[in-house]
Amino acid sequence: MYRYDQFDHRITAERVAQFRDQVRRRLSGELKEDEFRVLRLQNGLYMQIHAYMMRIAVPYGMLSAKQLRMFAHIARKYDRGYGHFTTRQNVQFNWLKLEDAPDILADLATVEMHANQTSGNCIRNTTSDEFAGVAQDELIDPRPYAELLRQWSTFHPEFAFLPRKFKFSITGAAQDRAAIQINDIGLQAVKNARGEVGFRVLVGGGLGRTPVIGTEIADFILWQHILTYVESIVRVYNEHGRRDNLYKARIKILVKAIGIDEFRRQVEADWQFTKDGPCTVTQAELDRVAAYFTAPAYEQLPAADVAVVALLRDSKAFANWYKRNVKPHKVPGYAVVELSLKRAGVAPGDASAEQMDAAAELAEKYSCGELRVTHMQNLVLADVKQSDLISLWDSAKAHGLATPNIGLLTDIICCPGGDFCTLANARSITLAKAVDERFDDIDYLQDIGEIDLNISGCVNACAHHHVGHIGILGVDKSGEEWYQVSIGGNKGSPANIGKIIGRSFSFAQIPEVVARLLQVYVRERHAGERFIDTVRRTGIEPFAEYVYATPVPQDEKLLLPDYDLLKIGTPYDNPYYSPRF
Amino acid sequence: MKIIKNKTVVEDSWSVLRLGEADTADGINVPSGKVLVPLKVWQAQREVLQHRADIGVWFASDERAEELQSDAAKFPVIAVDFPKFADGRGYSIAFNLRNRVGYRGELRAIGDVLRDQLFYMQRVGFDAFAVRADKDIQDALNGLADFSVSYQASTDNALPLYRRAERGVAV
Repeated sequence: MYRYDQFDHRITAERVAQFRDQVRRRLSGELKEDEFRVLRLQNGLYMQIHAYMMRIAVPYGMLSAKQLRMFAHIARKYDRGYGHFTTRQNVQFNWLKLEDAPDILADLATVEMHANQTSGNCIRNTTSDEFAGVAQDELIDPRPYAELLRQWSTFHPEFAFLPRKFKFSITGAAQDRAAIQINDIGLQAVKNARGEVGFRVLVGGGLGRTPVIGTEIADFILWQHILTYVESIVRVYNEHGRRDNLYKARIKILVKAIGIDEFRRQVEADWQFTKDGPCTVTQAELDRVAAYFTAPAYEQLPAADVAVVALLRDSKAFANWYKRNVKPHKVPGYAVVELSLKRAGVAPGDASAEQMDAAAELAEKYSCGELRVTHMQNLVLADVKQSDLISLWDSAKAHGLATPNIGLLTDIICCPGGDFCTLANARSITLAKAVDERFDDIDYLQDIGEIDLNISGCVNACAHHHVGHIGILGVDKSGEEWYQVSIGGNKGSPANIGKIIGRSFSFAQIPEVVARLLQVYVRERHAGERFIDTVRRTGIEPFAEYVYATPVPQDEKLLLPDYDLLKIGTPYDNPYYSPRF
Repeated sequence: MKIIKNKTVVEDSWSVLRLGEADTADGINVPSGKVLVPLKVWQAQREVLQHRADIGVWFASDERAEELQSDAAKFPVIAVDFPKFADGRGYSIAFNLRNRVGYRGELRAIGDVLRDQLFYMQRVGFDAFAVRADKDIQDALNGLADFSVSYQASTDNALPLYRRAERGVAV
């Protein structure tokens, strides 16, 4: 993976010093909160319900074992012993103090990490394919381009105060695992007739209050020109994006308002000034960056391992894990392994310091010392020998990292929600816990098969509920938490927005609602058909009809006061739903 | 009043003319002395004002650099107003004035101009800063030196880092 040179180190160190001084001036009162807020957000620091939260960038999801150990260190030293992996492949710490933030950034800098631009109205961390470099369906490895984007966008002087946040996603594969259609700019690698690499460029995708699928602005931009081209897009947006209404400030609204053709015309008019200019990427620079992403020295191995084949036959538990958590690798004899961060009783995407250390050790022992964070909030070991799978499974199990549920119902995508987040209308991780408890039969989950359940605590859609096969959105009705349910969304290949099935439900009704949706699926499905395919074929009507046919009972257990340990506004020192307390 | 100019705190005698609610661009009386007038006033009163050497213009954040074109070279000072420091349009206005319109005179940031934005402002082409009056202008000077190197090109450096320095390579 990419390693810092002297310039990366210097820029990162100067950023730490800058923020340390800004925090000092905030604590002394020289900086008022409204002046400081923007500065701290651009260093990933939020003020949440209980404490400060820091979002640390994991550029395009790539992580070394050493970096993951630093997260464990931060969890122990500055937080409450755990961290939370996010849908943008980043990591968040929830229980921080402002005074510690500069030291945390300094600690991160020692392992070539930062929290730059992980919040605020600027260009955020670029996301990418969690299987980059090892996927069978890959045209090119997108990571060198993602790193070029990281450097171009880091402290870009013109784009630190955009109308609103701005997100890039990039993929080099046929199957879109990077959700490029729901980003402000989505880049898909393609080759032209001459075999040259370029990018198909989508613009104006996004979720939030107004979910929109990105529109193609260019079908092929040669790789050398991609930075000048996207710079022109961002410049036109900076000049013309709305600033009078927070909810209409994303680029998608501008593109809709003036139309893709006029938007393209403006971008190309601007691009004429920079195209072929000094910001055209050189072959030498691409080669320099790409050299950090060369494949490891793979061994010649048999495609299948004898012991694995035998255990698949003899152990149902291993077979379940293999079926869900092991993915094909482009090199025979190797596999991609997902470590699940979804297990009963733990917030989706949370990992304890001990689990982080354990995952780091697994990476060093079995996968070249590297991991990836997925947008599904799990971890990936990308280069595992088939012959190591059994011992890896044993170790992962021992640390609670082998729940055999990748892609299943309990692999819930979930934002922090009302338990932590000041923006939320409703709890999401407590609801995930309730759903998880209701569906704890692995055979049933395997039978239901692939399904994305996404729970967002508010319309900002951090858990991408619009593109969940089942999407649950927390809404506020006269100060009470309610949940709107949609079905039929999909995050990629092709992406589409789910449809709301009807009036909203209470917290304690949701597990039953999910159960009814699954009953309709089981009733209606054709052989081999996934939930999403059935919804696409039948429409939402049979589902909505069945869910609302009889009153939906509340799960009494969820109404008990001791179930809900997570009242909104829990003070800093109160216990919190998690094994860490 | 004092401003930062070419990385030094200096006395400055330009005043900024702002339109009141009752004022119109063609009706307002432009006082004598060094005055920065709104772009709209320049456009409305160009016939008269073009004979004065002590006139500059300022851009509101919703105006575009291209509106000035060949007139730009006439002005000893052009300013860009930041109604709020988080309104980032002024950065693109400055960039375009320098790189598209080709303006070479003094380019001044006015309005909600604060220490922690000066580094970026300097990069896109500002060389003068009317720091908000309630802030310590000496302290604000420090903001110009937050970073000693930047990845991307801008007005201050036409080349991206990899074209101006030997970057590290994988070991």
